[in-house]
Amino acid sequence: MKMTTRSSHRDGADEATIESNESRLSVVELADVSFGYTSTPVVEDISVSIDAGEYVAVVGPNGSGKSTLMQLLLGLLEPDSGTAELFGVDATAFDDGARVGYVAQRAGTSREMPITVREVVKMGRFPHVGFGRLSAADWRIVDRAIDTVGMSAFADRRITQLSGGQRQRAFIARALAGEADLLVLDEPTVGVDTESVDAFYGLLESLHDNGITVLLIEHDLQAVIEHADRVICLNREIYFDGPSAEFTDSAALARAFGTGAQTLTGGNR
Amino acid sequence: MTLAFAAGGVYEAFVPILEVWYWLLALLYQLTGLDLINPEYTFMYRAILVGLCVGVIAPLIGTFLVHRQLALIGDALAHTAFAGVAVGLFLNAVLELSVSPYLTAVVVAVIAALLIELISEATDAYNDVSMAIVLSTGFALGTVLISLNAGGLAVGINQYLFGNLSTVSAENAVIMLGLFSVIVATVALTRNQLLYVTFDETAAAVAGIPVAWYNRIMVMLTALVVVGAMQIMGVILVAAMLVVPVAGATQVSRSFSESLLVSIVLAELAVLLGIGISYYAGATAGGVIVLVAVGIYVLSVLAGKVRQTGAPDEARELDSISQD
Repeated sequence: MKMTTRSSHRDGADEATIESNESRLSVVELADVSFGYTSTPVVEDISVSIDAGEYVAVVGPNGSGKSTLMQLLLGLLEPDSGTAELFGVDATAFDDGARVGYVAQRAGTSREMPITVREVVKMGRFPHVGFGRLSAADWRIVDRAIDTVGMSAFADRRITQLSGGQRQRAFIARALAGEADLLVLDEPTVGVDTESVDAFYGLLESLHDNGITVLLIEHDLQAVIEHADRVICLNREIYFDGPSAEFTDSAALARAFGTGAQTLTGGNR
Repeated sequence: MTLAFAAGGVYEAFVPILEVWYWLLALLYQLTGLDLINPEYTFMYRAILVGLCVGVIAPLIGTFLVHRQLALIGDALAHTAFAGVAVGLFLNAVLELSVSPYLTAVVVAVIAALLIELISEATDAYNDVSMAIVLSTGFALGTVLISLNAGGLAVGINQYLFGNLSTVSAENAVIMLGLFSVIVATVALTRNQLLYVTFDETAAAVAGIPVAWYNRIMVMLTALVVVGAMQIMGVILVAAMLVVPVAGATQVSRSFSESLLVSIVLAELAVLLGIGISYYAGATAGGVIVLVAVGIYVLSVLAGKVRQTGAPDEARELDSISQD
């Protein structure tokens, strides 16, 4: 199967069709999606297909519609026109929550809720247990997820006592505990110190190597280019969709972010 | 008719519990000789029972509300419950019925709760303005209904505003037992979903939890707590029991499950001490309970500070990020 994007506005994407494995399944499929909170569309005529196992980053300037796009593909918003599918099902009707792990922008929040890392990660099992209690097997999965993200020593600490990077790792562990196939991260490194950001991307890399599909919404262009395989550049419309290596040299970067962006990413070298 | 029959059936089902409670306290009186539980004052037996129920259900629901920063919703619903009481008293006076004002309060408060939730869904946020509108509308409706038939209705309204231990009838105690059962059973069943929605609404929605429905359940449960607690706390102070014990527990607890348990313990402590002090001092129970709860909260804050200063190494350790 060939994975292509179908936006008429992208730059460089026609050449950027990515050969993917025949057996791969489409995880996200947006076709001609437009959406606006008012009569002005926030995203317009978006067509994107993401296959299982991809590591995709969505970038764009502030107010470009990144978070709206994320909500559309997760079924949290209904498109004004076009269709959005998640694992082959209409995204708004998709009910297999365990398959999707979501990590929000958390750092810097000052919530006082006394909840431990283990209690947060436990939530990943809720779609599996419904109204019931976690079994011994569920707890083993929870502990394994905590171990995978290197947070075993902090399992019984209150989440509010952790640094931004540690907190985000706990949220990733929650997604792992749910045994999610798709990990969606909305600007996860905002407010996280540089050292922790590196460790965070290292973790994402290893999860991706283990077959998890990663969809990252990110403001840090440099990080995106370094870590993601594919970049979707959005500013209401799709300006670019292709391999991240090609993004820095594309005209889309300057169109979406202004000419200074290429300096930020070290592009046009 | 069917409703009245069903209500009668529910009442009959809870009466044996009330009788066992009387027997237990009478036994305790024989053992301790405490005047507070003198069998001659069975109204105190019922007041203590209602207080103990409040001590469980208020922090149980309050824990979810406080951590969603919805502490004031209890206050708004208490004022609408006051309108419900006024509706009940008005109907009883005009139509010569004998409906418990607490039952009409349950109906009106639940409707108001859903109204707040619908406003928040329509505007995409719980906001001070919508709560203030519902709060003042409820209280205004209550005062208008009372003034319309002031001769009969003004009598006894203080018990609803400020609560009263001596007016907890057997019927009202049974209503409380009913509310207690519904609230505890609902939270026990939906605890996973309520926790997820409280902690991270978007992630809960992504996980397939119908967030809007659980928000509606939560505000309706809040309405039930408010009406139940109103009997001894009064409209004015009822929200305190949803908030203060939870705020205290947050200071000293290390986990969510621990904070639930601690908030209930703190609330029960406030209720029992408050009822005891108010009985011997001849003061209003609601006010004393809240003052005791606030005292416990202050102690909890101090205990939390002591714990923090006692663990500087832990803070340093958390500052360093482990690299895996």
